[in-house]
Amino acid sequence: MKLSKNYFADERTDDFTEIGQPRPRSDIRGHVTGRTAYFADRTFPGLLHLKMVRSPHHHARIRGIDTSEAEKHPGVARIITAKDVPQNLYTILILIHVGPEDEHVLAEDKVRWKGEAVVAVLAETARAAEEAAAKVKVDYEVLPAVLSIEDALKPDAPIVNEHHGRNYYLYDSGECRKVRFGDVEKGFAQADHILEESYSSGPIEHAPLETSGCIVTPEANGRFTCYTNTQAMFFTLDNASIILQMPGHKLHMVGGTVGGGFGGKVDVTIEPVAILAAKLTGRPVSFIYSREEEMQVSSPRAAERIVIKDGVMKDGRIVARQVTAYIDAGAYSRHSPYGAQKSAAHFPGPYTISNVAIDSYCVYTNRTPSSAMRGFGVTIGDFALEVQTDKLARLIGMDPLEFRFINAYRDGDMKAHRQPTEGAALIECMQEASVIAGWPVSERFMKMSSRTREG
Amino acid sequence: MAKISVQFTLNGSERAEFVESGTTLLAALRDKMDDTSPKGGCHQGACGACTVMIDGELRLSCLTLAETCNGAQIRTTAGLANGEVLHPLQRAFEDAFAAQCGFCTPGMIMAAAALLERNPNPDRADVVEAISGNVCRCTGYEPIIQAVLLAARANSTSAA
Repeated sequence: MKLSKNYFADERTDDFTEIGQPRPRSDIRGHVTGRTAYFADRTFPGLLHLKMVRSPHHHARIRGIDTSEAEKHPGVARIITAKDVPQNLYTILILIHVGPEDEHVLAEDKVRWKGEAVVAVLAETARAAEEAAAKVKVDYEVLPAVLSIEDALKPDAPIVNEHHGRNYYLYDSGECRKVRFGDVEKGFAQADHILEESYSSGPIEHAPLETSGCIVTPEANGRFTCYTNTQAMFFTLDNASIILQMPGHKLHMVGGTVGGGFGGKVDVTIEPVAILAAKLTGRPVSFIYSREEEMQVSSPRAAERIVIKDGVMKDGRIVARQVTAYIDAGAYSRHSPYGAQKSAAHFPGPYTISNVAIDSYCVYTNRTPSSAMRGFGVTIGDFALEVQTDKLARLIGMDPLEFRFINAYRDGDMKAHRQPTEGAALIECMQEASVIAGWPVSERFMKMSSRTREG
Repeated sequence: MAKISVQFTLNGSERAEFVESGTTLLAALRDKMDDTSPKGGCHQGACGACTVMIDGELRLSCLTLAETCNGAQIRTTAGLANGEVLHPLQRAFEDAFAAQCGFCTPGMIMAAAALLERNPNPDRADVVEAISGNVCRCTGYEPIIQAVLLAARANSTSAA
């Protein structure tokens, strides 16, 4: 690894002992010998297997649930429905006051996406649980479904989630997260060119090699030990405590090595119902997603639709940017209101633009709830922004890298969401990239610095 | 359900267990024989995390019934090291940073071990082919390919 020591040399004492030095991973020996412990690398006598009965419909009213045949299936220990869950209505981010609660642990009156959990079946073997789950009869009245952002926002669209009462999340700033900076209309009026483009993306599944799951054991002291591969131990602990109406000290959450996560293991869709199952049966319980569930039921990265309108000058300055973004949360909030909020702050990109207007909507549809995934709320936006940046450079006949130097944010610049820029290093990174990639830029850009607006 | 006996050699040790008919080799190894080095990533033969060697041939233990393994020689990543002395592939995976989350690693190393046993001097294309049945989602394939080539070079150096 090469360290460029010419940048910010006056800010550093070059006494690095770790940076720039290769170090073996602390967990590597376990990985190569097969001794690293993942949550599922343990068995317990009397272990029960949980299989979830899931909605086959995108949107339906539940008229009735008949578990009588399933209960008679050999090996079945217990069947759990919504009425068994102490606090069935929840939302993950209520912990940081992002409400309202909008999702049931097990469906009560309605299902709002294809794959929603309805009934949990516990049996002596995974096979018996699966066979019994197939015998649970749910009487559905199928309702019209909303399957795209465009359909969700039509005035006569069916309401996806009554807890919100409308097909978008209501922020304290209104129907979307807004950022306003300068005067965007004035910016467009002074611009030499205006470019408006739309960008869209589909949901993306993390596909970790280890599927999501947990194993729960009831302990003699009345506590429950939950071995889990969650990436969000405290979200899981606190939400389980709320859902189960059980004080946190009764819940002993044990994490460990996660076999791939990428943000896909931060929702709380597994542990609460497994702990409840262990409580109701007094036996250890294993609830592990099948590969099919991991691919189809675990929350993906949200689909997005982004419209960017930019005003640009012939000399390369972007003088106005208006963005309208729609983030498809699916049927429930999970982490998406936060993702949409993040996107609003991010849309100016790493560029200083004096006139900005952003509207980011968190939209509800009858699709698989989306949630966290590596840089959610900004990654798809970055794709759109950088494609847009190339298009702007082409529009005025400028080199795309030089165009980025002209607009790059620098220390002291005020960002549109009123955070002053500190510790910027974009210009220095682009200078290095220019050299490494053999993409020369004019001398004046090689003399620029993130530290000053001069040059 | 009636249980049936299975007997085979696992990493050099004679093992015998009673399992239910239809139990996969993966489940028998993990749940009955305390060898959790093979991983269940898909249980449908798609990801390779459960890869083991049966009588010198690479096999997916999630698609192999334990009862078909009577009398077989079974090897897993847990048995590759000689005490504290790592197998050259294990050393190379450490040195080349070829394991991030580690979940695919035991299967990946078995696939590589099978390759090096039949072809001690593989080229890059041979390595790519050999691990083509093993999915990795974190590390990326390049460090893994480099690790296998590194192990092959280390082997040929020590043999010479």
